[in-house]
Amino acid sequence: MKEKIAGIHLSSRTKMIALLVMAAILLILPVTSISRYTLHIIVLCFIYTCLTLSLNLIIGWSGQFSLGHVTFYGMGAYITTLLVMNAGLNFFVATIISVVLVAIFSMILCFPTLNLRGDYLAVVTLGFGEVFRLFITNAVNLTRGPMGIPGIPAPTFFGITISGTEAFYYIIFALMVIFILFMIRLNNSGFGLAMLTVKEDDIAAISLGISPVKYKMWAFVIGGGMAALMGSFYAVYLGTIGPTSFVYNESIKMVSMVVLGGMGSVPGSVIGAFLLTALPEMLRQFSDYRMILYGAAMAIMMIFRPNGIWGIDKRVRNEYKIKAMRGVKNGKSSAS
Amino acid sequence: MSTVKHILEVNNLSVSYGVVPALRGISFTVDEGEIIALIGPNGAGKTTTMHTISGLLKPKEGNIIYDGKEIGGIEAHKLVREGISQVPEGRGIFPILTVAENIDLGAYLRKDKEEIQKDREWVYSLFPRLEERKNQVGGTLSGGEQQMLAIARALMARPKMLLLDEPSMGLAPIIVEDIFKIIKQINRERNTTILLVEQNAQMALTASNRAYIVEVGQIVNEGKSADLKKDDQIQKSYLGL
Repeated sequence: MKEKIAGIHLSSRTKMIALLVMAAILLILPVTSISRYTLHIIVLCFIYTCLTLSLNLIIGWSGQFSLGHVTFYGMGAYITTLLVMNAGLNFFVATIISVVLVAIFSMILCFPTLNLRGDYLAVVTLGFGEVFRLFITNAVNLTRGPMGIPGIPAPTFFGITISGTEAFYYIIFALMVIFILFMIRLNNSGFGLAMLTVKEDDIAAISLGISPVKYKMWAFVIGGGMAALMGSFYAVYLGTIGPTSFVYNESIKMVSMVVLGGMGSVPGSVIGAFLLTALPEMLRQFSDYRMILYGAAMAIMMIFRPNGIWGIDKRVRNEYKIKAMRGVKNGKSSAS
Repeated sequence: MSTVKHILEVNNLSVSYGVVPALRGISFTVDEGEIIALIGPNGAGKTTTMHTISGLLKPKEGNIIYDGKEIGGIEAHKLVREGISQVPEGRGIFPILTVAENIDLGAYLRKDKEEIQKDREWVYSLFPRLEERKNQVGGTLSGGEQQMLAIARALMARPKMLLLDEPSMGLAPIIVEDIFKIIKQINRERNTTILLVEQNAQMALTASNRAYIVEVGQIVNEGKSADLKKDDQIQKSYLGL
């Protein structure tokens, strides 16, 4: 591998150095004189990166156009919060339970939707998001409805109480790194490759012995669980949740991040999430014209880079491949 | 020879799309190592027959016996393990994946590394052009190369029976000839049974041992391909002579 075009085919060493520098900058940011507000925006960038990765697994890898990702995110937040506040469970225990419950729920949601394609699936998932929002708005006894749940206690981990923006900054940063590594690993696995085939052409996938149902279901289960995990951390980070945090607009935002960044792409997800979280904030000074600029930026992007900023066209070929292929050299001339 | 066992036996198969019947009681047999062609006009039910055998469609009546077992209604992806590989119509390669990835995916269900490597070399020797282009993404190949890739990928599953749906579709005559030559070579070298659906009757009758003529969901004629080629009716309807 040689350095070809800036930023695309850089050698893996250059890439590693660039990534480490970025990580180092992000790590020292909280101890600089950066404002609380900026720090908060960066934490939101981290959260949205995780959400975008989890949604990208559903949309970009398995090809199921879900417009209801906020459901999993919100469910995670609410279940964890209720378990902590009503059942007095430790935050981390509650989070594990909530992730498992949401993953099971995603699986159940999957069955009626597995045979739906494109627009139909989008409508069903969108509807599901609305059902969830209406439920948390109206189940006043359980969720306090539109008043939301304030005063979620800070989580404790073996006696250490985690509080303050800086602490969450580091925890959520660590989570994001774990998510990114997980997705890279998945993308380079036979599992990820099989998932892509299901998205590309499910009949062809079947003809290879791949079961589309299995991979579509796993995408929802893993993606849903990941979103629920982020929802839990979002709840304790803000200390308060309400139905307005989980409206369908959020789902649309996540889909925009996936599409803008690049479907089926890990770097794309990160770029999409950071851009679309930071951009509206940076455009705040233009007040009234903010959303126009935002919309224009999206439209221009889609015209000039329809595959997203870091889309599937930049895909590096799967180095890990199918289980049985591991350790077997591919053909004779492996030089590229 | 009567001692050769039927690898595939289709008995009185009927399939409907909703209330619209597509197949009205089709019966035919395929022997091990044969190349069989299903020929017929558009909408005759050839592809439906193939999809029912490969498990994509469920039979309404009748049965499909493969290797002594009833397979009608078994999910398509499970049949690959039984040795039935289908090359879908319109090729169905993965355009965003590289040629090498496409080919390796053909061995998705297999775990025998060394044998996979041998098959990979064999497949590349059948289609040297694919080896030249193995780091290219599938979408950048020409139509003929895509068809070759689809066949190569199916071969990686080491099928006992290969189902080819319109391998000549949309290809230049010279490429079609190449592809049929390779189909015969696969059959010769690996004794792979081949069932092919074709509108290009000329090519199909030249390459196959036996053929069945399908019209409006029924088999209207059958026989040795060489004989069918001489048949007046068939020459008029299908060969344009």
